[in-house]
Amino acid sequence: MVYKQFVLRNIRRTPYQALAALMVMFLTFLVISVFLIVAVGSQEILTFYEGKPQAIAFFKDGTTDKDVQAIENALTLTGKITKFKYVSKEEALQIYRDRNKNNPLLLELVTANILPASLEINTKTPEDLKDIATIVQKEPVVEEVVFPEDVVASLTSATHLIRLVGGTVVAFLVIFSTLIILMIIGFKIRIKRDEIETMRLLGASNWFIRIPYILEGLAYASGGAFLGWGLSFLVLWYFQPIMSQSLGEVSQVIFPISWIFIGGLLGVELAVAAFVGLLGSYAAVRRYLHI
Amino acid sequence: MISFQDVNKKFSSAITALDSINLEIQNGEFVFLVGPSGAGKSTLLRILAREFLPSSGKVFVDEVDITRIVSSKLPIYRRKVGFVFQDFKLLDDRTVFENVALSLQARGVKEIEVNKEVERTLKLFDIWERRALFPRQLSGGEAQRVAIARAVIGKPSIVLADEPTGDLDPQTAAAVIQLLAEINSWGTTVIMATHNKDIVDALKKRVIILSKGKIVSDKHEAKYEFHREEEKPNEEVKT
Repeated sequence: MVYKQFVLRNIRRTPYQALAALMVMFLTFLVISVFLIVAVGSQEILTFYEGKPQAIAFFKDGTTDKDVQAIENALTLTGKITKFKYVSKEEALQIYRDRNKNNPLLLELVTANILPASLEINTKTPEDLKDIATIVQKEPVVEEVVFPEDVVASLTSATHLIRLVGGTVVAFLVIFSTLIILMIIGFKIRIKRDEIETMRLLGASNWFIRIPYILEGLAYASGGAFLGWGLSFLVLWYFQPIMSQSLGEVSQVIFPISWIFIGGLLGVELAVAAFVGLLGSYAAVRRYLHI
Repeated sequence: MISFQDVNKKFSSAITALDSINLEIQNGEFVFLVGPSGAGKSTLLRILAREFLPSSGKVFVDEVDITRIVSSKLPIYRRKVGFVFQDFKLLDDRTVFENVALSLQARGVKEIEVNKEVERTLKLFDIWERRALFPRQLSGGEAQRVAIARAVIGKPSIVLADEPTGDLDPQTAAAVIQLLAEINSWGTTVIMATHNKDIVDALKKRVIILSKGKIVSDKHEAKYEFHREEEKPNEEVKT
């Protein structure tokens, strides 16, 4: 309670420094929020594509169950396969109908005979996909093989880039914010040197003098973390409809955003805030208080 | 009891602030330290406050050598000592109430007890009505009353007053001295550095005259007598 009064008084007495510290912290944590949301989102999208049937082999008419079984056996021997799913002509028609149920004209024109049977093949890693496609393509009963190689490759490199650039920017901002806290708390200690000396003569312990400054640094960092976190989710919530539309079926892996993720992100940011606030202010106290 | 045993303090090879001080002050005494500027009065008080360490010698307070107290234990010692300064050293951004409360808060006293004790003390010193004002809104006499209230609220066994009347008019100064005398009547040891001859003469207490860092006179129930050695004051040492 005493410390709370001291911290609030310190903030009130130097409002511009307090505002500057809070804004820097806000910017840092806004960037951290955005980075984490983008990093987790891109990873989810990548996982979605990696988990999808990555290669689809379309069969020529007249392909028998025996032919399909032979292909499955041959692919299993490669050790790169996780799952097969055979889609017959009738099942393909059903899928087509489900997707186009709002367009009767399209439904009228298509029958089961037009649509080919297919085999959806999941591989252990995206890198295995090309080899499997090459093997399947050689089978005489296979008409065509399609796989989202480019999408996965692009997403993989994009995810790596996001992690690298985002991680670098976040690391820079965390160091920068720690130094800002150190500077502002250090400045406050210097202008209150006489007051600190008087408190010492009154019998104040070293920690009684130190704690308000450390808590002040913690307050700026935590305040910035709350604001950055809050604004990032406000923006995400506002743009959710537009993003859902442009992402198509992939959006289902991101939206609606789970409360666990929102709470987890706040937890991570508060942990980083505690680190930045405590480290910066403690360094200032050590550097300038000389107690 | 306070005991200085062969205490010397040098700030450089050219500046000797205290020179072979041997002194005993009994519990409950009222002692005036007098002498010209640079005589060593403030240095002696600041050594007693453990702001400085002597260059050599020992200082005992209640049989504890305060020169050997480690810095982490200093706050505990300083809670036995109250300080009153010429420039009050009140915290500008705190009210009268908060300034006085700080002394107890620093000791870890519970808030409810702090509030009770501050109210009692401010009423005792007749400044309760001023409790919500800031130091700059007070007169010199009021500010010094607040400073004394802050010094004694923790019930210290020693009060050190360094020129507490230096910035006050004679009437206010007399009132402040009366207050210190009253504190002394509670059994608190009061050691006061001053230039004010009238005050020293009026109270008829123990008077220690310092000159060039040495004790040149130490008399009980004395007056502030002019001493020949005071003619050439030492170099000003107030750090």
